[in-house]
Amino acid sequence: MADAYLKLVNSPPASVIAKKLGLPRPTELRRYRRGQPMVPGPVLVVASGAAEGLSGQLSGWGLEVRRRTAPGEKLGAIVLDLTTVSDPRELSEPMLAVGASLRDLAPGARVVSISRPADSASEPAAAAARQGVQGAVRSLARELRAGATANGLLLADGMDLADPGALGALQFLLSGRSAYVDGQFLLVGPGADQLPEDADRPLAGRTAVVTGAARGIGAAIAKVLHRDGARVVCVDLPAAGEELAKVSNAAGGTALQLDITSDDAGARILEHARSRYGGLDIMVHNAGITRDKLLANMDQARWDSVINVNLAAQLRINEALLASGAGQAPRVVCLASTSGIAGNRGQTNYAASKAGVIGMVGASAAAFAERGGAINAVAPGFIETEMTARIPWGTREVARRLLPSLQQGGLPVDVAEAVAFLAGDAAGGVNGRTLRVCGQSLVGA
Amino acid sequence: MASTPASPAAEGIRKAVVVGGNRTPFARANGAYAQASNQDMLTAALDGLVARFGLADERIGEVAAGAVLKHSRDFNLTREAVLGSALAPTTPAYDLQQACATGLETVMGLANKIKLGQIESAIAGGVDSASDAPIAVSEGLRAVLLELNRAKTLKQKAAAVAKLRPKDLAPVAPGTAEPRTGLSMGEHQALTTAAWEISRAAQDELALASHRNLAAAYERGFFDDLVTPYRGLTRDGNLRADTSLEKLGALQPVFGRSLGDKATMTAGNSTPLTDGASAVLIGSEDFARSRDLPMLASIVDAEAAAVDFVHGKEGLLMAPAYAVPRLLARHQLTFEDFDFIEIHEAFAGTVLCHLSAWESEEFCRNKLGLDAALGKIDPSKINVAGSSLAAGHPFAATGGRIVATLAKLLHEQAVSEGRRGRGLISVCAAGGMGVVAILEAC
Repeated sequence: MADAYLKLVNSPPASVIAKKLGLPRPTELRRYRRGQPMVPGPVLVVASGAAEGLSGQLSGWGLEVRRRTAPGEKLGAIVLDLTTVSDPRELSEPMLAVGASLRDLAPGARVVSISRPADSASEPAAAAARQGVQGAVRSLARELRAGATANGLLLADGMDLADPGALGALQFLLSGRSAYVDGQFLLVGPGADQLPEDADRPLAGRTAVVTGAARGIGAAIAKVLHRDGARVVCVDLPAAGEELAKVSNAAGGTALQLDITSDDAGARILEHARSRYGGLDIMVHNAGITRDKLLANMDQARWDSVINVNLAAQLRINEALLASGAGQAPRVVCLASTSGIAGNRGQTNYAASKAGVIGMVGASAAAFAERGGAINAVAPGFIETEMTARIPWGTREVARRLLPSLQQGGLPVDVAEAVAFLAGDAAGGVNGRTLRVCGQSLVGA
Repeated sequence: MASTPASPAAEGIRKAVVVGGNRTPFARANGAYAQASNQDMLTAALDGLVARFGLADERIGEVAAGAVLKHSRDFNLTREAVLGSALAPTTPAYDLQQACATGLETVMGLANKIKLGQIESAIAGGVDSASDAPIAVSEGLRAVLLELNRAKTLKQKAAAVAKLRPKDLAPVAPGTAEPRTGLSMGEHQALTTAAWEISRAAQDELALASHRNLAAAYERGFFDDLVTPYRGLTRDGNLRADTSLEKLGALQPVFGRSLGDKATMTAGNSTPLTDGASAVLIGSEDFARSRDLPMLASIVDAEAAAVDFVHGKEGLLMAPAYAVPRLLARHQLTFEDFDFIEIHEAFAGTVLCHLSAWESEEFCRNKLGLDAALGKIDPSKINVAGSSLAAGHPFAATGGRIVATLAKLLHEQAVSEGRRGRGLISVCAAGGMGVVAILEAC
């Protein structure tokens, strides 16, 4: 599971050799730790307009804001306000300003653009400018090194930068919580009420259910949700009970042994959450299986079991959540996969299930929003788990080293951070979306 | 004659309720848990219970557990298991040992503390490993070693060593032989089984029912919140869902072979040596309510009995036959008043001898001092989710298995039928002892 090359290349003699030979030089990513600053240095604000409001917000979070770089000073982040561009020609000045500061970025720095979605532009020129932002920022992300990332917020037309939903997403993208999110654009709409009171415990008082919690990504999700203040119900198959108990105890939660494909799974999950914790605020559909075979060799058992666990069970449990009557509908986060976006040889069944999750999330957004909830998906790329450790060495090295801009696989905690973000109030403006956590892998890009 | 309290629990004493239970799957000895110690298994059972009820880092009022086969180093077995578990290290614990009644007695002792208001919550448990059994040096070697330790001069030391004989070097493994009779438990039961003229067929049928009931309970998910897998085992290793009367009938007798053709006890209708652990969470009603924990059943009362098997006046495992009528009399109940009867299946013969005894007017008049037979128990009430013949019997862990199983059965019935049913537990134990108890649905 451990990425030995990543450790080696960050030791003094090997790093020199790797540089000389032009080998990939992945960096230990800047991941969230309680108490550390949001970004590793001052924030440069580049804006087509005055950007007073944005600077004020950033200062309000205790960040040092710069409008131009000072010689020798390492920047923690660049925030690029492009919300007003209406013509492609307006991109050159701010983009070149960013370019002039790239060499000043600290390791693990963030570049975040804020722009508008192209498909809602009224003029072709405006749409071209808006779409152009995505191409520029995604390319910029590929040029960054030393664990720095570039992502974009797509702010729905009419929404102000001071909207809590915009600020919550901006905080996520600036912080160590988004370490393995790179080259992504996140659409933020209205709907957020306010940001969490305690930024270090944003899920305080919430009850979360995590399926497939016994190991890997599910175990990491349970622990991160607990760290963020949630009470966690850890669900997995009865046969996985021994590991489930360990995860549950580490997350201070309760273990619920059940098969999510059983007809009454939704009812039993709801009953457990209600009777023990008075309700259910967060539902994380993480449980998933692979039964890989080339389609020519696929049998019905392999196909059906993957669809049942990865997709049909989620649909049924969501129906139970929506039908559960009065009160707040929960924030639901589903695990998709980049395989569901790009396709993957030998994974027709798996990719069908994961693409299906993305479709389900989009189509369910309105129903959950109506009840005060939301539903989103996280699509992990190559994540270092027991499952991916079984991939043959050559394929694994390509997937973790060559395909992602960050030149390394992600960790389960990277996926868990994205799930925790989407499960909380900071993502109040995000609904029906799929967020990739893939280190900007070429797969499905 | 010892007097029995005339009335049920005194006025003003509060209730103690079963919140839930957890156990490892039980493994046949020298199987899946061959490398696990009692402490390992008890810790696993505790951790599974902690996970089920979200008790990580919580201080529990008291934990009591025990093992029948116990290493001398495990003088603080339960406390050590607590320290290794996810419970708060400020949780006190004590060990208890009453042969096969250990598990049930821990429940009763802790329930009494809760009823008296001394503690709010408790975990009762038990564990046994027949695989990781303690092996001791012989009495001869032990005497020599102790004398050697006391010896001061070289001459004294030489004299001590000179007393050593080759046979003293052989290690002593624990057995199930009764110290006062030299007979194993199985041989004792074989005598009782023969005395009550229990047929081979009846014993095999009881064993078959045990396997079928346990398998059916697993199939319907009954144990999903009672068992946590351990070391690769997800169900009891002894369970044979596909066994049949033909297969059971083909087994050769292993106990009472001196009876010749009348020998009826086989490996199929006797419990095998087993490894495993169980734990039960109990508490006051306030404890359960304040944490939104379930309340499955109330622990009503218990009675212990012992018989004089040494002088042949009664069968070794027949003490529950005496404890049950005393407990029923105290609560003015009959078998008709119970919905579930859990009789620990040390051997199929043990259960059947008890049923025969309670149906026998002669036994009930002469031995129990009653006016008439205690009565017949409806077989459909007995061990409906399987018992020790199918699950196995890690001695001290059996009590916890039965209490948690019965509490859940009562709770299920209360939910589905809307009435508060009653259950009776009967556990026989070495030394001619037995402990029986009553649970009532909450």
